[in-house]
Amino acid sequence: MSAGSIPSGNQIKDPGYPTSSENYLTNSKGALSWLLTLDHKRIGVMYLIGVMTAFFGAGLLALLIRLHLFRPEGAVFSGPEANNWYNQVFTLHGAIMVFLFIIPSIPAALGNFLVPVMLGAKDVAFPRLNLSSFYLWVAGALFFIAALLASRLDTGWTFYTPYSTTTDTSVILATSGAFILGFSSIFTGLNFIVTINTMRPPGMTWFRMPLFLWATYATSIIQVLATPVLGITLLLLIAEKVMHIGIFDPEFNGDPVTFQHFFWFYSHPAVYIMILPAFGVISDLISVHSHKRIFGYRFIAYSSIAIALLGFLVWGHHMFTSGMGPLTTIIFSALTFTVSVPSAIKVFNWLATMYKGSISLTTPMCFAISFIFLFTIGGLTGLHLGTLATDMHLHDTYFVVAHFHYVMVGGTLVAFLGALFHWWPKMFGKMYNETGGRISALVIFLGFNLTFLPQFVLGSRGMPRRYATYDPEFQTLHQVSTYGTLLLGVGLLISLVVLLRSLYKGERAPANPWGGATLEWQCTSPPPFYNFDRPPLVGDPYDFSDIFWDSENERYVTIEPDRKIAPVEQPEPVHAEGNH
Amino acid sequence: MSEHGQSKDGYDFAHPISIPLMLSVFGALLALTILTVAQASFDIGSLDIVIVMVIATIKAGLVMAFFMHLAYDKPFNVIVFLSSFAFVALFLIFTMGDSKLTSVDFEPKVDDEASEVSEVAVVDTLEQVAATESEQATVEMEETVTE
Amino acid sequence: MSTIEAAAENAHDAHGHDHDHPSFLAHHFDTPEQQFDSGKLGIWLFLVTEILFFSGMFCAYAIFRMLRPDVFEGCSQFLNTKLGAINTGVLLFSSLTMAWAVRCSQTRQNKGLVAMLASTLSCAMIFLGVKAIEYSHKWEMGLLPAGLFTFDQNNPHPETDTHYLFYICLPFMFLLAGVVLWLIISLVRGNEFHVKCAKPLTVVAICFFVGIGLGMILESGDSSHSEEEGLEEEVMMAEAVELGNESVLQKISRDDTNSGAKSELIARARQSDTAGTSIVQEGQIISGAIVSVEEDVMTKRQAGVFFSIYYCMTGVHAIHILFGIGFLVWLLVRAVREDFNPQYFGPVDYVGLYWHLVDLIWIYLFPLLYLIR
Repeated sequence: MSAGSIPSGNQIKDPGYPTSSENYLTNSKGALSWLLTLDHKRIGVMYLIGVMTAFFGAGLLALLIRLHLFRPEGAVFSGPEANNWYNQVFTLHGAIMVFLFIIPSIPAALGNFLVPVMLGAKDVAFPRLNLSSFYLWVAGALFFIAALLASRLDTGWTFYTPYSTTTDTSVILATSGAFILGFSSIFTGLNFIVTINTMRPPGMTWFRMPLFLWATYATSIIQVLATPVLGITLLLLIAEKVMHIGIFDPEFNGDPVTFQHFFWFYSHPAVYIMILPAFGVISDLISVHSHKRIFGYRFIAYSSIAIALLGFLVWGHHMFTSGMGPLTTIIFSALTFTVSVPSAIKVFNWLATMYKGSISLTTPMCFAISFIFLFTIGGLTGLHLGTLATDMHLHDTYFVVAHFHYVMVGGTLVAFLGALFHWWPKMFGKMYNETGGRISALVIFLGFNLTFLPQFVLGSRGMPRRYATYDPEFQTLHQVSTYGTLLLGVGLLISLVVLLRSLYKGERAPANPWGGATLEWQCTSPPPFYNFDRPPLVGDPYDFSDIFWDSENERYVTIEPDRKIAPVEQPEPVHAEGNH
Repeated sequence: MSEHGQSKDGYDFAHPISIPLMLSVFGALLALTILTVAQASFDIGSLDIVIVMVIATIKAGLVMAFFMHLAYDKPFNVIVFLSSFAFVALFLIFTMGDSKLTSVDFEPKVDDEASEVSEVAVVDTLEQVAATESEQATVEMEETVTE
Repeated sequence: MSTIEAAAENAHDAHGHDHDHPSFLAHHFDTPEQQFDSGKLGIWLFLVTEILFFSGMFCAYAIFRMLRPDVFEGCSQFLNTKLGAINTGVLLFSSLTMAWAVRCSQTRQNKGLVAMLASTLSCAMIFLGVKAIEYSHKWEMGLLPAGLFTFDQNNPHPETDTHYLFYICLPFMFLLAGVVLWLIISLVRGNEFHVKCAKPLTVVAICFFVGIGLGMILESGDSSHSEEEGLEEEVMMAEAVELGNESVLQKISRDDTNSGAKSELIARARQSDTAGTSIVQEGQIISGAIVSVEEDVMTKRQAGVFFSIYYCMTGVHAIHILFGIGFLVWLLVRAVREDFNPQYFGPVDYVGLYWHLVDLIWIYLFPLLYLIR
């Protein structure tokens, strides 16, 4: 319950505000205290800055792509190298977005901050490993920047052989970068699994964990199991390029389809690395901002694990037209449909949670609602691509581009922004301008749809992806899409301004601004260095019955009945001894 | 910690394994290695790979169970480790199965220069004749093309 | 000091350590057992990633072997089973000493721990030494990954100026020199701790060359390739026969100096003639094994791929050994420092598990690569 005043006869429980020596942001000073920190919260913040920078860079590349496609013959790049430039830009856009932004966005940046706090632990299990995985990320990013400067990488983010082994572009730099980023991802996942398994405080049972933790756990399983295969694939690719080992290179009896199998054994589950944490975020956001217990907690929890495991069985659906055997394509197509079941379970549960809830349309909730809308479109169009017959037509067209952008941007990015707005007060202790936040959510929603809805039409009418030029008949739709990109960019800028402005002008955030019942709202905003002075009291993460709106101080508080000193009953000595 | 019930106070958890056990496991491993080398000199046909893999798996099992203490470890760790083999199997079965399906018309015997040379070398005298003939043939071909 | 006091102190001082915490217990863990369990689960998960990492190469192996079993049979002959078997034994023994080391750390036997770690390290070095012999020998023969494959059956041992073995040994020579220097300096200075570290490490560094010697003895005992021309050709012929590969023989026999091979070939031809004519049943000619000349597998695109897979698998495995050596040296130094006790033996156990995994992978690699008929 949220509305109304606090019923009398109750005690208010609120941690108040941290002093600057408690606050994790200010308790030690200097650049080194950040760069060498072992505090998961600071590492999370550093990740946040890193992934946002990567997102900004790759976003600019996306803008270039769209501007180029404004005219059929290409508007931005000209000259004999125009098409090569275009190829390089979309390759780097894809590679940076996937490896540097989406994969670490929610799990590494927000996960690092949130997992131990939500769990009620002091830190992750291996703080040093955590810091080293951040620096591995940085190293991987440097490799990508080197690839960008050395330029000419134009294989697409998938590095398909035989092109990648025969081209003389900077494939080795980029694959080394992805290899290192893979290890960063593995170590993060490993850390979270161990943390969730062994660091739970007393009372935090598996089914008292917030759903974000379940989603993170499922994500981590994929990271640990799938990423090493990417590692060896890229290593073999480098070996293939350096000394032609003949495993992927058809010139030496290798098979390029084998490369695709290797690549997608990781990269399909990686799609779930990208989207599963978003599911977790949305589960929490919907429940908190609807002020209602999550509907079907266990179903959502189990469906996360089910997606993680089923995600390993469907990689072949990226290769229907690559020359797999007919039997294999049928098996993979059939298995693909099974993954839609747990995803649908989640969507239905979120809707059921909102039903009859008292929804506050805060900025995070706006993002969460647009997530459900966009993800549903993205998920359902995935079924068209999983069906063999329709995929023959739609494969490698803009339909695919629109589909995965609906999932990756409409899903993960929107959830990431929702999560950022939701936990921003907790991370930095400042409230942002709610109106500005809502406007940005709306503009992003509109801009996104304007960009990618036309691409479904383009794709189904036969516009192939990755082309720098196109037939004039597609011009109108391409132009609409480009306008949409600009609008989307404006929306993202508004978000950024709203968030950054809050750091300077925002009001001090209370410990619990939204009325959440999970543990992170029980500590101050921002949390103290050790998160909790003593192991927190773990309750039901979605039980809002004792959380009330304190309109006087504009905060939510947890209440508990006044403790009266019990009437002194001196038990008789004989009884007392008997009890012992 | 309530989750870890096996020791009373969280301080007594070392379970050293006995030296005779270690030595006998090592002995078994050595014996199996000798066995696997010895069987390689008998021709058992297609069963060969099966036997070799069975022996290797027994050895791996011994190492895992005793040297890696998996026999005394928490069930969860055992599940974690063994599940990796399930995923490897998944990966192998799908990828190999597909390779088998698609490689019916796999052109396996692509020979390169080395073997061509060897064939030519066998027929020493024919070599020159063939060479001159083929030269003539290509010249003729080119002529017809230009025409 | 009571726990309440400690907790209160902790609340004030953000960096404060609970005074109940032993020095080896990290601040965010409650008990040594929790710390150990976390580390243990962590290392198991890491081993899972290792297995999946190797699975890519096993998959490549399986695909190629499924499609071209003849290439595997042919090429496996070039791998020296003796050396492989010795290396298997060495790794198994190192696994034993590693398991023993874990036991020593659990029972607070520090001297035993140092000894066991040093013998594990020595075994690792012997393994690398034998591997160096194997590698350098193949490189000299041009048995390289597909793109670099230069093996020529006419001339299996080309004269090369590159002394691969020397280049492999070079870093280990520097290592040995460095360790000996360290030992001498610390002896002169009388720094007991450094002497205790450097002594076993000197033995370890020498063991690489023990491995080299062992490999050389076994290699020459098996087939004194580089010593005598005639012997070498006989081996080649034996190989050729095993491959069912007639053309090699023919090539060898073209060499005028090689009368032995020539007469062998003539004998074979006669034999096959008689065989070919004798087995004729109702118009069906069953050609004898010698008559059917299988195609040459020792080419870039066939044997080359086998050796690619061989180098990838054993190379990545050797890199793991190198990493393991790094970890073991770190453990050795800590063991000399007497860091480990029954409540804190985690690092020994974790490195041990890693080491056993490396052993485990070799247990599969050995029969898959060396023992193919």
